[in-house]
Amino acid sequence: MAETTYLEAIRQALFEEMDRDPAVVLIGEDVGVYGGAFKVSEGLLEKFGWERVIETPISESAIVGAAVGMGYAGLRPVVEMQFIDFIACCFNQITNFAAKSHYRWGAPVPMVLRGPCGGGVHGGPFHSANPEMYFVHTPGLKVVCPATPYDAKGLLKSAIRDNNPVLFFEHKFLYRRIKEDIPKSDFTVPIGKANVRREGRDLTIVSYAAALHTSLEAAGGLEKEGIDAEVIDLRTLLPLDRETILASVRKTNKLLVVHEDTRTGGIAGEIAAMVTESAFEDLDGPIRRVTSLDTPVPYAPQLEEYFLPSAAKVVAAARELAHY
Amino acid sequence: MTSTLTREKHLELYYYMRLNRELEEQMVRLFRQNKIVGGLYSSFGQEAISVGTAYALGPGDWIAPMIRNIGALLVRGFKPRDILTQHMARYTSPTLGKDGTSHFGDLKSRHVVSPISMLGDLIPVMTGIAMAGRYLGQKIVTMTWIGDGGTSTGVFHEGLNLAAVQKAPFVLIVENNQWAYSTPVERQVPLRDLADRAKAYGIESTIVDGNDVVAVERTAREAVAHARSGSGPVLIEAKTMRMRGHAQHDAAEYVPKETLEAWKKRDPLDRYEKFLHENKLWDAKTKKEIDARIAREIQADVEFAENSPFPPPELAGQGVYCEGCHTVEADWRRPKEEVMPPRSSVKAEWPMKLFTGNGAQPATANKGAAKSKSGKKPARVPARIKAGR
Repeated sequence: MAETTYLEAIRQALFEEMDRDPAVVLIGEDVGVYGGAFKVSEGLLEKFGWERVIETPISESAIVGAAVGMGYAGLRPVVEMQFIDFIACCFNQITNFAAKSHYRWGAPVPMVLRGPCGGGVHGGPFHSANPEMYFVHTPGLKVVCPATPYDAKGLLKSAIRDNNPVLFFEHKFLYRRIKEDIPKSDFTVPIGKANVRREGRDLTIVSYAAALHTSLEAAGGLEKEGIDAEVIDLRTLLPLDRETILASVRKTNKLLVVHEDTRTGGIAGEIAAMVTESAFEDLDGPIRRVTSLDTPVPYAPQLEEYFLPSAAKVVAAARELAHY
Repeated sequence: MTSTLTREKHLELYYYMRLNRELEEQMVRLFRQNKIVGGLYSSFGQEAISVGTAYALGPGDWIAPMIRNIGALLVRGFKPRDILTQHMARYTSPTLGKDGTSHFGDLKSRHVVSPISMLGDLIPVMTGIAMAGRYLGQKIVTMTWIGDGGTSTGVFHEGLNLAAVQKAPFVLIVENNQWAYSTPVERQVPLRDLADRAKAYGIESTIVDGNDVVAVERTAREAVAHARSGSGPVLIEAKTMRMRGHAQHDAAEYVPKETLEAWKKRDPLDRYEKFLHENKLWDAKTKKEIDARIAREIQADVEFAENSPFPPPELAGQGVYCEGCHTVEADWRRPKEEVMPPRSSVKAEWPMKLFTGNGAQPATANKGAAKSKSGKKPARVPARIKAGR
C-alpha cells in the first residue's frame, strides 16, 4: 500500500463514489478544468464529463440552492466551497432551506457541502475560518471534521450516501502534511462515531481535525512527564458521540477539550455542559479548554501562532489538570 | 383575446380561480374565528396568475409556489383540506402541523417544492431541479413565482444568472403586485418593467396582463415550450395589484384608495366570467353548477379540518433527520451509461466552441463606431480573426 495524503484520500472518495453511482455529481467554482483551488477535483472532469462536474458562477447561494434542488430530484450532489469561509454567503440556503426540509415537509436533502477550513497556513481573516459551530447549532445538518486520510475518505463516502445535508470540513493544513496507508477496498467510516486515538489513564483530551494532531503531539510530550493522556478524535461534531466521551471521562475523571475554533460558543462548551450533566460525580477536576482566541484569524505568522492552540499550550493545560 | 383551449379547459380555469378565491374567503372567516393559528396571506385579485401559469405545465413538471400561489397548488392536485389543515395546524395537514400556510409540497407525485419564507431562494433550487431533470433525460420544466419586492434579493440575481448560463429549462413568474408589504414598487426597483431584469442575464422575457387568465395561460404555455426546447429560461412579468394587505393583520391603509378602485374594475374573475359569457363557453346553469360544487367541496373540507386533531406534542422532537424513512431515487429517462466512463470522459480543457464571443475574441468595431464621418465603411475584419485564430 502506498501512503495516501489527506487530500488524495478525499479525491479518491469522490472518484469512487462518482464511479459507483451516476446520481453523484460535483458542483462548484473552478472544479472542472482547473480541478479546484486545491486540486481536490483534479481529473474528475476528464473522467466524468461536463454534466457531472458542474462549474458555476461565483454564486455560493445559487450553488447550494441548485444542489438542494438536485437532491430533491434524486441526485446526490457534492458542493465544493472554494474556501469554507465563503459558506457565510450561503448560510440561508443551508440553515433555512436544507436543514429544515426534512423536518418541515419530509423532503430529504442528500447533499454534501465540502471545503477547506482552518488556519496555520497564513490565509488571514477570510481564508482560515473554522465556522463549524454555526452549523452544529442547526438541527437537521450533520457536521463532519476528519483528521486523517482514512477517516476523510471513509467519512466522505458515508456523507455522500447519507440522505441528509452533511457539511464536510477539510482542514487545509492537513491536505498534504498528513499521510497514511489506506486500504484499496471500498470502506466507509460511520458519521456520528468518535474514535479513541490514544488510550490513557490520567486525563481525557477531546479534539478533532488539525487540533487532534496537536493534541497527539502534546500527549507524546506528557508521556515523558509521566502523564498518561487518552486522546479522543470526535470526527463528527453533529451528531455528537456522547457515549465515547462519557466512557473516557468515567475512566480518567479529567477532561480537556482542544479545538482550533474560537473559544466562546465552541464545541468545548457543549461538551463541558454535557459531561457535567451526565458525569459530574466522575469528575476529579474542572473541565479545561485550549482553543483559539476569540478574535478573527490574524494574518502575520507571529499573530497566527499566538492565536492558535499549540502542543505547548495543550501540555501546560494538561499538566495543570493532571496535578489538580 | 383569442384562446386555443377547449371549452372544458376554459371551465377548468374558472373552477380553479373561483376555488382559489372562495377558499381564501373562507379562510378569512376562519381567521376571524381564531381558527387559523398563524398568519393568513391573500391572493385576492391575483388568482389568474397562479392558476394560469401552473395550468400551462405538464404532469412531470415541477413548481414551487410562493405564499400567494394557492391557486397553483390547487392546479397541481392539492385539495382545499390540505390548505385548510395547514393553516389550522392540524395533524392531518401535509406537514402534520410542523409548518403552516402553503409551506408544504410533494416530491414524488405532484412535484411541488415547499417554499421557505426567505424570498428568492426558490430560484436556484428550481434551477437545480431543472438541471437535474435535463441530466436525467426527463425533458421537464420547472417554475416558481416571486413578487416585485423579491426581485431585490441577492439570490434572485444569483439564481437567475445560474439558470441563464446553464440554459436551464426554468420559467420564473414575477408577480408585480405593486407592493412589497408597505413599500411601493417604485421604491423597490428603479425600472418601469420588471421584465427588464431579464436583459441582464440575456434571457427571454415577456410582460402579461396578470388579471387576464387567458393571456396568462397562453404566455406561460409559450414560455414553458421555449424552456422545454432547450432555449433557456424565461421570465414573465405579470402586472397585477395586491388588493388586500400584506397579510390579514395589515389593513394596508398606505395604499391609495383610488388605486384599489381602479384595479377593482379589472378583477380577474369578473373579467373571465365576461369572457366565458361573450365567447358562449358557458351559461348561467353551468356557472351555478361549478359554484355549487366549489361550495360543497370547501364545506366538506372545512368540516374535515375542524374535526381533525392537533398533533401530539412529542411530534415536535421527531423527524429532524431522514433515517431511512424516505428513499432518494432519481427517475432516469436516459441510459446511465451515457454519464459513466468511458462515455462520459472528455478532454479537460475549454474548447473554443464554448465561447460566445464575450471577451474570448478580440473586440471588433461595433456598429455605432462603424459609421465614420466620411460615411465609409471600415475595412472588414479578416475572417481568421473572426474565427478566433
